[in-house]
Amino acid sequence: MNIQEFISIIEEEFDEVEKGTLTPTSSFRQMEGWSSMHALILIALVDNHFDVLLTGEELRGLNSIQDLHDLLASKKALWLS
Amino acid sequence: MAFLKTKNTRISAIYTCVPSKIERTQDYEWISLQERQLFTKTTGIIERRVASESTTCSDLCFEAANQLLNDLNCKDEIDLVLFVSQSPDYFLPATSIILQNRLGIPTKAMAFDVNLGCSGYVYGLSIASHFIQSGNFKNVLLLAGDKSTISTNYEDKSAFPLFGDAGTATLLEFDTDAEDWFFSMASDGKGKDAIIIEHGHSRHPYGTMEDETIEIEPGIIRSKKHLKLNGMEVFNFALKEVAPSIKELLNFSNQEIEKVDYFVFHQANKLINDSVRKKLKIEEVKVPLSIDYYGNTSSASIPLTICKELSNQVLDENYKYLLSGFGVGFSWATVLLNLSDVKTKMIEYA
Repeated sequence: MNIQEFISIIEEEFDEVEKGTLTPTSSFRQMEGWSSMHALILIALVDNHFDVLLTGEELRGLNSIQDLHDLLASKKALWLS
Repeated sequence: MAFLKTKNTRISAIYTCVPSKIERTQDYEWISLQERQLFTKTTGIIERRVASESTTCSDLCFEAANQLLNDLNCKDEIDLVLFVSQSPDYFLPATSIILQNRLGIPTKAMAFDVNLGCSGYVYGLSIASHFIQSGNFKNVLLLAGDKSTISTNYEDKSAFPLFGDAGTATLLEFDTDAEDWFFSMASDGKGKDAIIIEHGHSRHPYGTMEDETIEIEPGIIRSKKHLKLNGMEVFNFALKEVAPSIKELLNFSNQEIEKVDYFVFHQANKLINDSVRKKLKIEEVKVPLSIDYYGNTSSASIPLTICKELSNQVLDENYKYLLSGFGVGFSWATVLLNLSDVKTKMIEYA
């Protein structure tokens, strides 16, 4: 999975995000109205789509979409960034 | 994971009592309107029932049990009163004993409390069926519920809008024609801090600091006497443990997942239940919800969901059910069983 496909999945899941507006450097924490609920949605999304369990601590250490993508890539060797 | 098989037990009635007072998520002004909408979308909670200051969990259980015992006319035949709750009436004595007397159940009955929350109903069923299967006990009254709203703080958005109050009564009886029940149960105390009321018991007895509220983060203000909930940790625990434990139970019981007609999960958060459902590839119609109108009702969530959504199905005799509770502790438990000819009732506590 490349970063663009990854971004599409995130944009699909978050109603508040207008499609085509996220980039690899976008900080998900700075998305409008970001809250702990979004963190849960993100954890569920990653679990459902990629079968990777992201802890709260791991998520707290991340900032951009690229960071998240890279962490998942490192947890799942199949990924190509 | 502990696996158990019990026999000769059937459930003959499940009654649920909820307070009449409703609190709606859309009216929770501590958070923004946008946050309220996202909260409902994520957790599924539209509204929940809240007990008055003077009403306890045991009052709700009493109401459910009293109507059940009168309807089935079996007060004198109860051998065991089991009260599963984390909001007992007193530090001591056990609330189950108070309820034995209040319900007019003969003193020959055994009575004790079980201190479990989200997993408590399934644990209660396992304890009850172990007493019954030998034939020594013919009838067990299982009371499960909580008044969780007594320990949540209005200014804590991570806990306050999640919990509803409810009390339930389930009658189990000896029946040699009953099909076997299969259980899986597990515990992990590493998760103790994920859902905890830190002060008020022996580790930290009440002192002077319990009334002092502290801002943990924006929107989350509470004191040490309030319930603390780390939603993300609980969420991760549920994603990691629940689906595999269900698969293992199906394996132990030699049952295919397609043969299960209804999956009644603890109602903590719709997102958790949706995720577990997707992992197990279960159709949505097989997973009823009560969180939408009742919130997280702790150990009452499974019987409440049955009363709300499956009252016709449990009267029928052709359905197989998987009930799974998971949360505080951490503690989790699942049972696979048949329900038929089960009388249900939803009661509002005035």
